[in-house]
This record gives sequence, structure tokens and C-alpha cells, in this order.
Amino acid sequence: MQFMLLFSRQGKLRLQKWYVPLSDKEKKKITRELVQTVLARKPKMCSFLEWRDLKIVYKRYASLYFCCAIEDQDNELITLEIIHRYVELLDKYFGSVCELDIIFNFEKAYFILDEFLLGGEAQETSKKNVLKAIEQADLLQENNNTSCSMGLLLS
Amino acid sequence: MPAVSKGDGMRGLAVFISDIRNCKSKEAEIKRINKELANIRSKFKGDKALDGYSKKKYVCKLLFIFLLGHDIDFGHMEAVNLLSSNKYTEKQIGYLFISVLVNSNSELIRLINNAIKNDLSSRNPTFMCLALHCIANVGSREMAEAFAGEIPRILVAGDTMDSVKQSAALCLLRLYKTSPDLVLMGEWTSRVVHLLNDQHMGVVTAAISLITCLSQKNPDEFKTCVSLAVSRLSRIVSSASTDLQDYTYYFVPAPWLSCKLLRLLQCYPPPEDGAVKGRLVECLETILNKAQEPPKSKKVQHSNAKNAILFEAISLIIHYDSEPNLLVRACNQLGQFLQHRETNLRYLALESMCTLASSEFSHEAVKTHIETVINALKTERDVSVRQRAADLLYAMCDRSNAKQIVAEMLSYLETADYSIREEMVLKVAILAEKYAVDYSWYVDTILNLIRIAGDYVSEEVWYRVIQIVINRDDVQGYAAKTVFEALQAPACHENMVKVGGYILGEFGNLIAGDPRSSPLVQFNLLHSKFHLCSVPTRALLLSAYIKFINLFPETKSTIQEVLRSDSQIRNSDVELQQRAVEYLKLSSIASTDVLATVLEEMPPFPERESSILAKLKKKKGPGAVSVNELEEGKREGGELNGGGERGGDSSTSAVGSTPSPSADLLGLRAGPPVTAAAPSAGSLLVDVFSEAGVNDDGFLRFVCKNNGVLFENQLLQIGIKSEYRQNLGRMYLFYGNKTSVQFVTFTTTLNVQAKPVEPLIEGGAQVQQVINIECLTDFSDAPLLNIKFRYGGALQNLTLKLPVTINKFFQPTEMASHDFFQRWKQLSLPQQEAQKIFKANHAMDTEVLKAKLLGLGMALLENVDPNPENFVCAGVIQTKAQQVGSLLRLEPNAQAQMYRLTVRSSKDTVSKRLCELLAEQF
Repeated sequence: MQFMLLFSRQGKLRLQKWYVPLSDKEKKKITRELVQTVLARKPKMCSFLEWRDLKIVYKRYASLYFCCAIEDQDNELITLEIIHRYVELLDKYFGSVCELDIIFNFEKAYFILDEFLLGGEAQETSKKNVLKAIEQADLLQENNNTSCSMGLLLS
Repeated sequence: MPAVSKGDGMRGLAVFISDIRNCKSKEAEIKRINKELANIRSKFKGDKALDGYSKKKYVCKLLFIFLLGHDIDFGHMEAVNLLSSNKYTEKQIGYLFISVLVNSNSELIRLINNAIKNDLSSRNPTFMCLALHCIANVGSREMAEAFAGEIPRILVAGDTMDSVKQSAALCLLRLYKTSPDLVLMGEWTSRVVHLLNDQHMGVVTAAISLITCLSQKNPDEFKTCVSLAVSRLSRIVSSASTDLQDYTYYFVPAPWLSCKLLRLLQCYPPPEDGAVKGRLVECLETILNKAQEPPKSKKVQHSNAKNAILFEAISLIIHYDSEPNLLVRACNQLGQFLQHRETNLRYLALESMCTLASSEFSHEAVKTHIETVINALKTERDVSVRQRAADLLYAMCDRSNAKQIVAEMLSYLETADYSIREEMVLKVAILAEKYAVDYSWYVDTILNLIRIAGDYVSEEVWYRVIQIVINRDDVQGYAAKTVFEALQAPACHENMVKVGGYILGEFGNLIAGDPRSSPLVQFNLLHSKFHLCSVPTRALLLSAYIKFINLFPETKSTIQEVLRSDSQIRNSDVELQQRAVEYLKLSSIASTDVLATVLEEMPPFPERESSILAKLKKKKGPGAVSVNELEEGKREGGELNGGGERGGDSSTSAVGSTPSPSADLLGLRAGPPVTAAAPSAGSLLVDVFSEAGVNDDGFLRFVCKNNGVLFENQLLQIGIKSEYRQNLGRMYLFYGNKTSVQFVTFTTTLNVQAKPVEPLIEGGAQVQQVINIECLTDFSDAPLLNIKFRYGGALQNLTLKLPVTINKFFQPTEMASHDFFQRWKQLSLPQQEAQKIFKANHAMDTEVLKAKLLGLGMALLENVDPNPENFVCAGVIQTKAQQVGSLLRLEPNAQAQMYRLTVRSSKDTVSKRLCELLAEQF
């Protein structure tokens, strides 16, 4: 996978993950072009399209579009399910995830994605294992936190 | 559960995000952001040391601002500071910032690398994973330099945690993709392959991506992965849907891993080991069988995962292209999908069937779906699906269905989306020509094409119809009649005027008998379009007019009048003015005989030697093309166009004949399509390289020369250009695709190291590969070059001897007669001399012999041998290890048509090898 973009129905970019080196300018250009192309498509159309020399796989979940760019030899259907698994992970973590969760906790969305996909390839496909890793990290945070909030109480 | 309770919410961040969301306008948002930036800047600059939490919060805010699309030019240092925090949460945000906002500031990179290094050696798996994620996300060269050695160790170390292994594998993959030269193969490689056997499915899932990528580049080193992958796949495929616990996805066992395994197998030919192959075929059959079973769930995720595996299995079956039974089953399965209610499946089935159509085993099976595909072209609502249907129709076309397919594509063109029209036009033009039995059908088709989609008809297409009409006298009258009729339309496309002008100028006489198309009527018809046309078309029409004067003397005065008018003879365009002046003069002073000779009908174009083909030849590299061909190309181009600009065009490209891979639309300019050469319908698969063993026909031709064509068959031409100095050499290999179809996964391997070549060669294009050669010591065996690529569905495999011979490293040595004989005597040990007496294979021409000996690389010494008929040469072979002096004497015996060749060198193996090489040359 070369990159993944999450954007809203209004075309607002909510998350971007690039697995190939590109300049900021190129990234912005690609994003603008793709958001436009995908939003212009009608609901019943197929989830795949050819774009430049890449294949775009996208799916809409409520108000959010998830859009991945894969290479010629990559498998479209399995990519569609990568998207779905990521949505499931977000859903499980946030509990009925909605767009707002991703806006306000964008860093978490990134951390979950990094546990699931790395360098554009599936790293761990088991939902349990991914969430376990994230929860362990949260546990570390809470331990840190206790000391932190005590500090606040005292001030 | 609300998000904030997870970990630590950063209240300040949440407030800021809310503020931004509440901004009513873009301006308000920018204002709020600038306020925040100023605040953060002052905090970072302030005297009071920030605590970790505040630093983290501000870095996070910066990140958010950046993700909104604003530029961030500070905060990097604070993020780097967070990396070395021992609080996980701060470290994590630091890494996230670095991953998203990479900055190649060298100072920072060193600090970042330092922090990563500490975390990698921390033995804390959570920290190690964070560090690895960061390397994988950034993947810069600096990071590769710092960590490419370390990560393989982490990956294969026995005590590494599974989660760290997973990250390490994919991290290494990213580094290998960006800097393959820095990731060195070594002892770890064989251990990586064995990760396919790992108990932890997550480790296998991650490792296999790395293995696949490495296998593509180093297939031999990783070939043991084939049997491991097959047994892993077999275990997954035969497992019950609950066996794999959390790796089962909607009742499908390990779909991601299965797809990756099938993908890995596509890097290799079918397994040679019968047992492994049997097991694999069984797996593939099981996957095909499962497609027929009723679904275990109604969820789309279930069917997607299941079909993802199915499509990947079909890709593998097509890749092997050797199991007719599986190919036909795959085709039938895809046939079912063509009518599936899921648009996604219809799309993929059409796409996948395209490749099946090029296999001889499944071509016929694909053809049975023609009606469904035509229907898809007509009724699909999504243009990307229609595009796939058009591609498939093109792929399944052969002589038996060409008329139907071309007709359907033509009618589709009338309503086709603008984005795909040009490609459709080329496809129709190619099919019409390729499968034309009856050329009036061909002419009709092309004229229809111009009528329906004139704007999208490129020059090549209308040049080609003219070439064909000129070459086939049985169609000329028909063509004249048809263009005449087409020109009757009140508005017709300029391309139609071009074709019409050209054809009536040549063959208007064939329809002049009919009073409805008498010469004057024809002329008036053409001239009525004149004023609407562009300059090149007008120029072409002027040429048609002068041809009319020759064909129909009765039109002379009318045409002369037109030429004489101010709008022609004083035209501001130089080309038009010159034509008008010259044609007018020609028609008034030349006698009928002269006129008839000058304006004679065009001679037939050499069969298939289209102007387009000449272009291709120019691209084939300097070694393969003679000046004659170029000139011919120029002449043809100029004549055909009538506008004269093509002449200039082709001469410039002749100068710049850089053999870079340039795409040739659809291979219109390619040589005869392979299918046309093979008479039987559907035999698209031409396995011309199937003969085993090494092909060394070309090899001996290069002993005495450095440039030329090493190999050529219907598909591929390989040209060579090489140069040598001392013990070094450089060889340029030019791989030219002679077909109209892409060669994919094109790889070459040399039993010495070579730079990789482009993996894909477009139809009609050429790619170049450079090989640097250093002669270490003397040698007898030439390096072997293995070439593999896929043409259509079929894997082509070819091994050639690379013409690098010991004599290439000769430095010529001039010496006098006395010196020569003295050295000759010094080399008197029996093994230092090699001698051969052999029959002449070619005429014994002194000049030719001299040229060959010079080409050998030695100095040809005059006035040395007492017998002037004999040749003597001297040279030193430069190798890195040593220099080998060699002397040679060639004694021709014209009467007996025999030669005696004697070579003496300071090294016996060299004498022997030179003698062998040379004995074949004369």
C-alpha cells in the first residue's frame, strides 16, 4: 500500500498515512485530486478505480471515506477488508466510533494504525493482538498519569 | 466508553480542537491557529523549563495544526527531546511527530537516530516497537545507514518478542525498498525464510511481506520459501474455519496471510518437486471448490475475504499458465462473477479475465462469455467497469469474432466517455487491421472511426489506412467510392478530408466514370472543405489537386485558376505559397509525359514497412540501425503527410535516438503482431524461448566487433554496444520489445553482478541496461545472461552467452620485425603455443581479414613477416591480476582455402582460448 487517507463527506482530511516518500506539495496535490475524484462517485459504483498507475480502493463508513492506494499487483478485495478491519479496531477501541473520536483523538488513530499496518503491509491482523498492544500502552500512560494528576491536585 | 478516559486526555488539546471546529470561517480558523502558534512559540522560548506533559501537549497541537494543512517550522527540537523521555506517553507523541513531520535536518537526524538507538537496545519491547515504527514510517536513507545492520539481528534473534519481530520485519522491508544497497544479505536471510514456519501467525503475516520483496530481487537465495509457503498455505486452506481463532475473519481462515502466500508463490515458476506441486494444486482446487460452497455468512466481509483469496489463487494459476484444467475452472468461476450483483466482483472478474484471454488454454473459454461482456459494455453504469469490459473485448478478440467485437466497440464509441475515447479508437484500429480478411471491411471501419470520433484518431491511424489502400489494389476503387460518399456529409472531420484528399488524388480515376462522381464533382467536393482546414491539410489538398491535373486533364484550367488566386499564390504561409507556385508552374510548363512521370501513382509501401515501423527502428539503438533505414523513414514520412513537417520530425528524432523506454500507445508502430503471424485463431501464446539450454548463436559474431544485435526473435531484440579500456569494459544492452504487448516482470540475471533492469517493457519500446566489466584474470567461459519476462500470460526464459571474450582486453603493441621474432622465440615452451589449421568459412579477402584482426584488438604489424601474405599481430591482455603478452600469426593458403593460425602467449590457457575463438572467425 502506498498511502491511506481518511476524509469526510465535506472533503476534510481526517487522517493521512504515507508509505512512500513524497514531498508535502505532492501529498497535498494527490489528496486534493483524490478527494475530489472519490467524492464525485455515486454510491452504487464499484470501490476500485485506476488512478495514475495505482489502484484506488475506497469505502465509505457513515460520514467518513477510507481510501487506499495500492500497486498494480496488490489485491483489491483484501485491501477493502484491511479498511474494514481498521474500522473495526477503531470501533472496538473507542466504542461505537464516530468521526469526532478520530478528530479529537487523532494520535490514537495513528497509534492503532501503526500496530495494524506498518510500512504499508499488514503487520498484525488479529483484532485481539492489536488492541492488546494498544491497551498495554494505555496502561503505561495511566501509570504515568497518576503521578501527573497528583501534581495537578497539589498546585 | 468515552474516549477521554482512555489513557490521558490532553485537555488543552481538546479545547484547542473544539475552538478550531467552532470557527465560522477560514479566516477565523487561521487567526486562531496563529494565536496558538504564537503561544506555543513563546512557551518553547520561555525561560521556564517546560515539564514533559506540557511539551507533549504543545507538540501534539503543532501536529494537529500541521495535519490541518498548515506549515510547521518549529517544534522539532522539542519533539526530539520527548523521544528520550522515559515516560511512554511522551515518547510516543515525540515519535509520532517525527514520523509525520520528517525533516532531513542533519543535526536533528543524528539526535533522532541516537534516541532510536537507545530504544532499540533498551530491551523494552514497547520502546523497541516504537523505535521500529518510527524507522518504518520515515524510512530515510540516513536511518537505513544507521540501522540496516542492526534490524536483521533483532529480527532473527532467538529472544526477540513476537511483536518486535513483526515490526522488525516490516521495518526492514521499508528500508530495503528505499535503500536496497544498504540491506546486505547474509546469514540472517536463511533464518528469515524459516519465519514462514513460525507458530505465531502474526509473525508469519509480517515476515512474508519481507520475504516476498526479497525473493523478487534474489529469487535463488530464497527459493526454499516455495515449499514452506505451500505447506503453510495447505494447512490454512484445509483448516476448519474456527481453528485459527482470532486469525479467522468472518469464517475465512487467515485471509491476509493466504493472499500473501499466494502472492509469494507468484515470484517463482511452478514447483519442480512433484510432491510440493501436487500439494499446491490441491490447495488451488480446494480454493476453487470453496467458491462453489454456500456462504457461511451473509456479510460482505465474508465474501470479500473469501474472494480475495480466490482472485489471488487465479492470479497464481494464470502466472503458472500450465494447468489447463485449473485455467478453465478459473475462467468458469470468473464467468459466474460477470453476472454477480456486486459491482466490485464484476469489475474484478472482467479485469482478471483479460489475462486469462491471453493463455492458449483458456482463450476459448473466455470467448464463450462474449455476450455478457458486450452487455456489460452497454449497460454498466460505472465507467470504470465499462472500461474493463472494453479491455476484455479487446483481449478476447480473434478472427472468429473480430467483426462482432469491432462493431460493438464502434457503437460504444458514439457514447463513450471522453477520457477513454482515444484508447478505444486505437484498439478498434488495431483489431480492424489485425483481423481484416476483407479489406473493404477494414476501410469501412476506419472511416467510421473517423466519422464517429475524428478528434481522437491519431496520425498513425490515418497514415495506416492510406498505406493499406495503396498496397492493395483490390480495395482502391472501393476506398475511393467510400471516401467520396463520406465527404458528402455537410460537416465532416478534418481527418476525413485528409484521407479523402489523399485517396481521391491517387485513385479518384477509379470512380470518375460515374457522372455523379466525375472529376470536376470530386474536385469541387474537396475544394469545398479547403477553407475550413488547417495548414497541413490544405497543403495535402494542394498536392491532391496537382495529382488531379495529371489524372484528369479536363480539370486543369479550373485547378490552375484556384492555384493562381491570391489566397494561394500569395498565401502568408510559406509552405502553402510554395506549393501553389510550384504546382502552378509545373502544370503549365511540363509536358503530359513529364507530368505523368512526376505525379505517378505512389509505389506500394514495402509490406508492413510503415512509417510507424521506421520510427520503431530508430528507437532500437545505434547498433541496430543503418542510415539507410532512417533515410527511408524520412522519405516516407514526408510523402505520406504531404505537409512536410514529418520529414523534419523524423530527422530530429534520428539525431536524438536515445534508446530510452518510451511508450508506444498500443503498439501501432510495432512489427507484425505475433497473432497475425500464427494462423490458428486464439494461439496468442507464443512460447518462442521454450527450447532449453544456452543460445550462443550471436556470441561468436562479437569476437571481432563490439556493437550489433546479439539476439532477435519474434518478440525481442537484444542489441549490444560495448567499449573496453585496459582491463575494464562497459556494455550497454538494449532490450527492444517488438510486440504490441507489454513485457512484465522483466528480469535479467547474470552469473556475475549486474544492475537491475526496468521490470516492464512497453510494447514497441526499449530499455537499456548497463554492465560494467572488470577483467580480474584470464578466462575461457563467457558470462551467462538469463532473461525472464512475461509476455501475455506466458513466462519467457532465455539464456544467452554474453559476448565478453578475453581478447576484448587487448592493448595493441606495435613492434619492429626484430623484436617480434625475438619475443616469438622467448615464448617457446610447447604449452605456450596453440595452433589450428582450418578451412576458410568466408572469402579470403585481405582487407576483410585485416579488419577482423584489428577488431580482435591486437596491433597488426606490417613488414614483419617475410611472407607478405601472412599476418602477424601483437598485443597485451590486461587483467587485474596480470598482463599476458600474446603474439599471433595467421597464414592463409589461398589455393587450399585453408588457414594456419598460431598463437603464443605467456600463459597457456590464453593461447588456447584465443586460438579457439579465432578459428571460427575466418
